Amino acid sequence: MLPSEPPAADLPPSPTGGAGAGIAEVVADAVAVAGGARTRLMDIVQAAQQRLGHLSEETMGAIAERLGIPPVEVADMVSFYAFLNRTPKGRYHIRLSRSPVSLLKGAGEVAAAFRQVLGIAMGETSADGDFTLEWTNDIGMADQEPSALINGTVLTQLAPGDAATIVGRLRAHHAPNALPLFPGTGVAGSGLPHAQIRPSLVAPGAVLFREEPPLPGAGIRAALALEPDDVVRQISAARLRGRGGAGFPTGLKWKLCRQSPAEGRYVICNADEGEPGTFKDRVLLSEMPHLMFDGMTIAGYALGAREGVVYLRGEYAYLWDSLHKALRARYAQGLAGKDILGRAGFDFDIRIQLGAGAYICGEESALVESLEGKRGSPRDRPPFPTIRGHLQQPTAVDNVETFACAARILEDGPEAFARLGTAESTGTKLLSVSGDCPRPGVYEVPFGLTVNALLDLVGAPEAAFVQMGGPSGQCVAPKDYGRRIAFEDLPTGGSVMVFAPGRDVLAVVREFADFFAGESCGWCTPCRVGTTLLKDELDKLLSDRATLADIRALEGLAQTIARTSRCGLGQTAPNPILSTMRNLPEAYEARLRPDPFLPWVSLNEALKPAIAIQGREPVPEDQA
Amino acid sequence: MAKPKLATCALAGCFGCHMSFLDIDERLVELIDLVDLDVSPLDDKKSFTGMVDVGLVEGGCADERHVKVLREFRERSRILVAVGACAISGGVPALRNLAGLDECLRVAYLDGPTVEGGGVIPNDPELPLLLDKVYPVQEFVKIDHFLPGCPPSAETIWAALKALLTGADLNLPYPLFKYE
Amino acid sequence: MSGERFTFTVDGVRVEAEPGQTVIEACDAAGIYIPRLCHHPELPPVGHCRVCTCIIDGRPTSACVMPAAKGMVVENDTPALTAERRTLIEMLFAEGNHFCQFCEASGDCELQALGYLFGMVAPAFPHLWPKRPVDASHPDIYIDHNRCILCSRCVRASRTLDGKAVFGFEGRGIDMHLAVAGGHLDESAIAAADKAVEMCPVGCIVVKRTGYRTPYGRRRYDAAPIGSDITAKRLGAKD
Ligand SMILES: Cc1cc2nc3c(=O)[nH]c(=O)nc-3n(C[C@H](O)[C@H](O)[C@H](O)COP(=O)(O)O)c2cc1C
Ligand code: SF4
Ligand code: SF4
Ligand code: SF4
Ligand code: SF4
Ligand code: FES
Repeated sequence: MLPSEPPAADLPPSPTGGAGAGIAEVVADAVAVAGGARTRLMDIVQAAQQRLGHLSEETMGAIAERLGIPPVEVADMVSFYAFLNRTPKGRYHIRLSRSPVSLLKGAGEVAAAFRQVLGIAMGETSADGDFTLEWTNDIGMADQEPSALINGTVLTQLAPGDAATIVGRLRAHHAPNALPLFPGTGVAGSGLPHAQIRPSLVAPGAVLFREEPPLPGAGIRAALALEPDDVVRQISAARLRGRGGAGFPTGLKWKLCRQSPAEGRYVICNADEGEPGTFKDRVLLSEMPHLMFDGMTIAGYALGAREGVVYLRGEYAYLWDSLHKALRARYAQGLAGKDILGRAGFDFDIRIQLGAGAYICGEESALVESLEGKRGSPRDRPPFPTIRGHLQQPTAVDNVETFACAARILEDGPEAFARLGTAESTGTKLLSVSGDCPRPGVYEVPFGLTVNALLDLVGAPEAAFVQMGGPSGQCVAPKDYGRRIAFEDLPTGGSVMVFAPGRDVLAVVREFADFFAGESCGWCTPCRVGTTLLKDELDKLLSDRATLADIRALEGLAQTIARTSRCGLGQTAPNPILSTMRNLPEAYEARLRPDPFLPWVSLNEALKPAIAIQGREPVPEDQA
Repeated sequence: MAKPKLATCALAGCFGCHMSFLDIDERLVELIDLVDLDVSPLDDKKSFTGMVDVGLVEGGCADERHVKVLREFRERSRILVAVGACAISGGVPALRNLAGLDECLRVAYLDGPTVEGGGVIPNDPELPLLLDKVYPVQEFVKIDHFLPGCPPSAETIWAALKALLTGADLNLPYPLFKYE
Repeated sequence: MSGERFTFTVDGVRVEAEPGQTVIEACDAAGIYIPRLCHHPELPPVGHCRVCTCIIDGRPTSACVMPAAKGMVVENDTPALTAERRTLIEMLFAEGNHFCQFCEASGDCELQALGYLFGMVAPAFPHLWPKRPVDASHPDIYIDHNRCILCSRCVRASRTLDGKAVFGFEGRGIDMHLAVAGGHLDESAIAAADKAVEMCPVGCIVVKRTGYRTPYGRRRYDAAPIGSDITAKRLGAKD
């Protein structure tokens, strides 16, 4: 049996971007390919958008009708994801990657060049309907910024001068689906400059990226020699902890999942890699997919699951074909599907679910919601996914790197793994290093490495501060460079952003505030409203209008958001503020104004529209 | 010993808060024993001669003059109190914030249904310029106390004044705490 | 509900509960009021507003979704939690456009009543002044989106109690908003007698021609603070 193919792959490329095919027909096809399952709404809307360009009210209505669900449910889902369009967008959708790192590499200038060449502002579509220009959050290319997505194609290391060439080539290229937004039509980027991705691996290590090429299935063979319970025991003995950030003991998670009584269980690989600054999962997915698939299959055996899903972030759609090629090879070699490696009754299928631009879908319960074709809002816990996850069944959601480690643990034995790293953090960790350093890229290092040692490795011993673990992690100042990268000291899901002296840490904090406000799912009050209020308060600070009382208020607000938010996003959204207040207080002191009170707005600012409309100046004595 | 001084002003409001103040009725006599009224539309005194002990502000800031008066009140008042929903959150005048200044002026003076024969936006130099939005007073100056209500009832104002003038804690009982 | 009853403590008071009850349900039954906005006893809890945040076994936790468990230690009525809950209420006031002075719900509104309970005078941050529509297309009902606090009571009630799915959400983050099936009320299946209408805790969904009927002084929260009905059970039981 072959894994279910992506819906779009089964559709003929439409020569006109969809105008030829009627809505009813497109929707009927899309729903049929998804087997009429409401839980496959993500695939259905992606397939429809692929052919129709956008999801109009009429299209959404037709989908709802076919699936027999209320129309509000389709609109709810579609309106949630950044990569789903409810209104027509340009045939070429240019999304520039935005993060503090891309900005310090010149993304702002690249954006200006595109604006100029296209004659439109960010967020606009050109009058001829050919181009839409937008910012998007970090697309996972932090080591080769400035980068961009044009439909599904990745461009890296852009310079302002490239804008004219790129736009020119695209204009000359008339086949509308030359750059599919979602994979499936199989046409690569039409010879665009910079449409390539530099290999990111800088430092291989002892566990994952070794000299010898991986042997697909090695870990599964070792697992099949054991009872499923013993497989879980091996993972526990290796003291493997989740690589996605939270560091939950993987053996315990698998055990809990295995213990939950159920009709079916699911193994889900979290390949959403949305934390700005990380790209190590991308490197695993492109260079070691079999190790990850092995790990998932081992989990399938250990948990008694028959189905695995890789939830792949929409930004990584370009990996779709290579991952499917790897999967097909596995089916051919008996590493997936029925009676795996000849073990009668051990069946395990893997499919890939493409996301559509939502950081929150990396949170495991939001991921599961998204996988069921809903908005990516997290669930309340308890119950945890190990008890009630995908389709209400026990589910183990683990990071790409975690599964790859699991495969190695079975291959090498738990002792070899546990010998590496520290007491509470065994094994190696993949770090994605970016920013002000001469050697950005992926480093596989044993846990316990100090920040100092890492900075020496990457060639940035003079760094002024390091953002460890992405925006949701913490900002580390030089006084703490002696600390160790490990769950018990400085945890990180893998993102390490390095900043040189002279960089404005508060500008970085402000960028992160924007990120969280844009990615908040909106479900709960403190995160939905609070992340926007944090932005406003930071703006007051950055416009040199903040008093001591304002900074206290900012801290109080940040703490309330951290304490009352419903999920990890809101709970960590204030981290950039709180950790810089703690570790780099001088940045705040430098901005602080001694006045007992300063207004939010200056009178001059508030009078600007009236001055423009009325064409006269205020009375001079009123200067703010 | 000189009596404490009280000043009041009406910014972007409807004067309803001042009316409510007058509604303390016969207690006005008692109040006059307690305070001297300084700058206020009630006695038509227009400029400060020194500091006052308590300043009451009705209404939010809708134009440059409001900000000027508010700042003067802040400078001259030991305790500055925002009285009523307009002062505290913009109130009814802040309905214009939902449209924006441009649209408000256009509809009111140029192409709204009540405009006859191509209107003009009034632009006499005497007219204070409007702010982009109607602002609560605490967005421009520091406010020491807030009296919610639209208007705060006479009881509320009386309870608050007595507390402020006698240095007692300002704790409004539940039935007096209203946003309307 | 089968299973043994058990106890846990709330601010030092022992509360009895039965398996399957959430913390808020057990407390309601015991006459202990935990402030809440999105929770409604007839609807599945979903944890939007976070006003019910308590410290449960040392961690901030939302009481409406948390299953009660034997021996739990819950902090509810503390100055720190009141301050945090007040901030949440301030956020909701700043997020929408609330003009209590002419709102039909004044005096009966749960958001307003919580503002009173927590002594909120003015939000500590600037209002966001969003542009939101009013939908008066239906003959009997209108929606003033300016007052919506995204509590999803109407969404849940329409689905689980009215069997209609008139409401849903759209968008995310600060742009999340309530959506009506068909785009307008008059194109939806809503009726004035729907539970979805009744359960809106604020003045967002309003039945036309019913406003301002109850005289000032006799509305739900005029005389006694929100939650008094719940605490009355416990105080009454003591007599
Ligand atoms: C807002 C948010 C985003 C997250 N994004 C990711 C992600 O992109 N990839 C990931 O593996 N885990 C992510 N996580 C962590 C997951 O919820 C979950 O802990 C993880 O997938 C478990 O796998 P692990 O135990 O192997 O780390 C995120 C968590 C939060 C709160
Ligand atoms: S914390 Fe943010 S992301 Fe999480 S549920 Fe609340 S609104 Fe959604
Ligand atoms: S708060 Fe009410 S009574 Fe007072 S000025 Fe404003 S509208 Fe008038
Ligand atoms: S809904 Fe409630 S808080 Fe909002 S305006 Fe109406 S009464 Fe006031
Ligand atoms: S309309 Fe009312 S019930 Fe519905 S979400 Fe808004 S506030 Fe809640
Ligand atoms: S009542 Fe619990 S989150 Fe709203």
